[in-house]
Amino acid sequence: MRLELGKIRIRSAAFGNETCIREGKLWIDKEGLVALLKEDPRVREVEVDLAKPGDKTRIIPVKDVIQPRVKVTGKGQGFPGLTTRMETVGDGRTHALENVAVVTTGRIVGFQEGIIDMWGPGAQYTPFSKTINVVVTIEPVEGLKEHQHEECVRLAGLKAGSYIGQAAREIEPDEIQVFELGTITGNAKKYPQLPKVVYIEMLISQGLLHDTYIYGVDSKKILPTLIHPNEILDGAVVSGNCVAACDKITTFQHLNNSVVLDLYKRHGKDLNFLGVILTNENVTLDGKLRACGYATNIAKMLGADGAIISEEGYGNPDTDLMMNCRLLEDAGIKTVLITDECAGRDGSSQSLADCVQQAKAIVTTGNVSALVVLPPAEKIIGRAEAIANLAGGYDGSLAADGRITCELNAIIGSTSEIGYHNVTTKLY
Amino acid sequence: MTEKKIRVVHYLNQFFGNIGGEDKAGQPPISKDGAVGPAMGLQQAMGDKGEVVGTVICGDNYFNENTAEAKKQILELIRKYSPDVVVAGPAFNAGRYGMACGETGKAVVQGLGIPVVSGMYNENPGVDASKLAVYIVPTADSAADMRNALPKMAALALKLGRGEDLGTPQEEGYIPQGRRVTVFSDRIGSTRAVEMLMKRFNGEPFETELPMPEFDRVEPAPPVKDMTKANIALVCTGGIMPAGNPDRIESASATKYGRYSIAGLDDFLPEDYETIHGGYDPVYANQDPDRILPLDVLRDMQKEGIIGKVHDYFYTTVGTGTSVANSMRFGQEIGKQLKEEGVDAVILTST
Repeated sequence: MRLELGKIRIRSAAFGNETCIREGKLWIDKEGLVALLKEDPRVREVEVDLAKPGDKTRIIPVKDVIQPRVKVTGKGQGFPGLTTRMETVGDGRTHALENVAVVTTGRIVGFQEGIIDMWGPGAQYTPFSKTINVVVTIEPVEGLKEHQHEECVRLAGLKAGSYIGQAAREIEPDEIQVFELGTITGNAKKYPQLPKVVYIEMLISQGLLHDTYIYGVDSKKILPTLIHPNEILDGAVVSGNCVAACDKITTFQHLNNSVVLDLYKRHGKDLNFLGVILTNENVTLDGKLRACGYATNIAKMLGADGAIISEEGYGNPDTDLMMNCRLLEDAGIKTVLITDECAGRDGSSQSLADCVQQAKAIVTTGNVSALVVLPPAEKIIGRAEAIANLAGGYDGSLAADGRITCELNAIIGSTSEIGYHNVTTKLY
Repeated sequence: MTEKKIRVVHYLNQFFGNIGGEDKAGQPPISKDGAVGPAMGLQQAMGDKGEVVGTVICGDNYFNENTAEAKKQILELIRKYSPDVVVAGPAFNAGRYGMACGETGKAVVQGLGIPVVSGMYNENPGVDASKLAVYIVPTADSAADMRNALPKMAALALKLGRGEDLGTPQEEGYIPQGRRVTVFSDRIGSTRAVEMLMKRFNGEPFETELPMPEFDRVEPAPPVKDMTKANIALVCTGGIMPAGNPDRIESASATKYGRYSIAGLDDFLPEDYETIHGGYDPVYANQDPDRILPLDVLRDMQKEGIIGKVHDYFYTTVGTGTSVANSMRFGQEIGKQLKEEGVDAVILTST
């Protein structure tokens, strides 16, 4: 499997008569986009806004973030199994708009949706303050039930990403990255001296607003599965959740999974990257035992010497993280875990809901309960008052002058447990 | 440009404050302008960068026997000097003096918003009592270490007095406070993870970013002897609240819990109760809150005589993202109240 990822750097964006890219500027046909999204009869109203890095703009409540992309050669367009005909992806040429993201917002579905501040102290906590954001506000028809509402907004975001991505089809990329792994048996011969590493990516899978989709398959119904990293980088995995905004893996982050990218960088040099095991986070003990045992068995069959394990969410999934770690370490597979912490607002609490002594190598991506103060915005896209109900907010979070005091919990991508951002904690 | 001199108030006990020994331990708080006793050593260590503008002295017994009153008096004495920073001790391994330094320090930080530096031996009880609020320089266990301790305390006091953020305990030389502080790394998390794994492969030393804590084990309570007479309480972390969430409990990372009457109520009706929990699918809980907290079934069991009664109040909070420290506090408080209210057993549901 060989994926060429052509990156097209976008320097500015504006609305125009057609959706196209000219000399690094993205033009978006707003009416065309609105019409496309309104084809779904569940969508009543669509607004499209632009938010640029440095603007004193706050986007709230954010549901998902999607990178605009187009498949140029090879199988599979968009997000197969969800927005397009089922074909597997990961081969051929894909063009991606760099520095641009589609951000979905609208009436709150659940409690765990987030904030993006495009400027000021809030901006440094989220990677999505550095992208030019095409913010799509989706208002559903009256009486739509929660599960339908979530799906309707999720699909609208994915479609908007593909709609804008079309503009990149004929554009010469500024940079082309090639991802090619070869076969597991071939690599074992080619790199006999290198340690073999598997990436175990835990996906939240606990019900409405807590689901992830693999080629459209609800991940809570799967057994852990081995997948080629190129498929993840090319649209096989989609976020269907708003598990606490700080550590949900947005669709944008699945497409640019930082653990996959970092393992690729060292593949063939320092390590032999075996592939990715996608596993789920179950709400029953049987489910945890089944998934963690099964994932460990795959890693053992592959002959892994080491594994990076990333979590999604916190609390209950801490038990899955620790169970994965214990089983792998006991099988002689060295692990490094990536997790965030719930150390309380003053940072003095024990951080995790579960722990095992085998977990001796952990990367922490921050304390979700650390308090931040976000100054008043000049422009709000969405609804500022949503903060009172968001995870990480509380009654009184929103001051009369528009200032917000909240936990990192509420800021999208701040404590990303795939290690996508640079927030961490130190023991003081 | 000359830097502004940092204004320092030094807190001492009766002995170091040159009032007297054990016989003067009942001395109420007094203040003296300028530096007294160890404050002179502190002054010397700060040079012209800082000035001890006043020394506040209190007898150890007076403090520990009249803590609330003593703190109020001390705060008043300190406030009138408008210091930039307060230094307390060093108390070495003197327990009563350590507690006085720690408690005074905490009161100054919380009440006046002024940073405090102290010095203590690691095992001084004042350390655990105050290390979260007060920066404590580790000292030896006796006053022979005074000459070592004061320059370290002076360096920290000057930094804090200038409003600078302190680095880690290792960098700055104070006793770790046990606080996880949010910082930015020069590399993203995934890069650090792969580097850590490579170190493990290569047998190089590596440092985990999150050492594993010690977990408590709770012994289960003995079984209830006679359920037909037992008063059973309902407690949950699944976020079931009276509709509208009257106490505004957070949907994640809860800092409080609620206590609500269910006297005479047979069933949690969806129009009167709801979940505010942000960590699970709320649809089915909102259709029938008894799915989370089974009041309806318990009432049946009460009518059938299987249990004595259902306790008149239920306790409820949100578990998701809630820190272990808050959970422990909720548990202790709720447990105490349940005991006082004559409850024999609890059905504790989570989600």
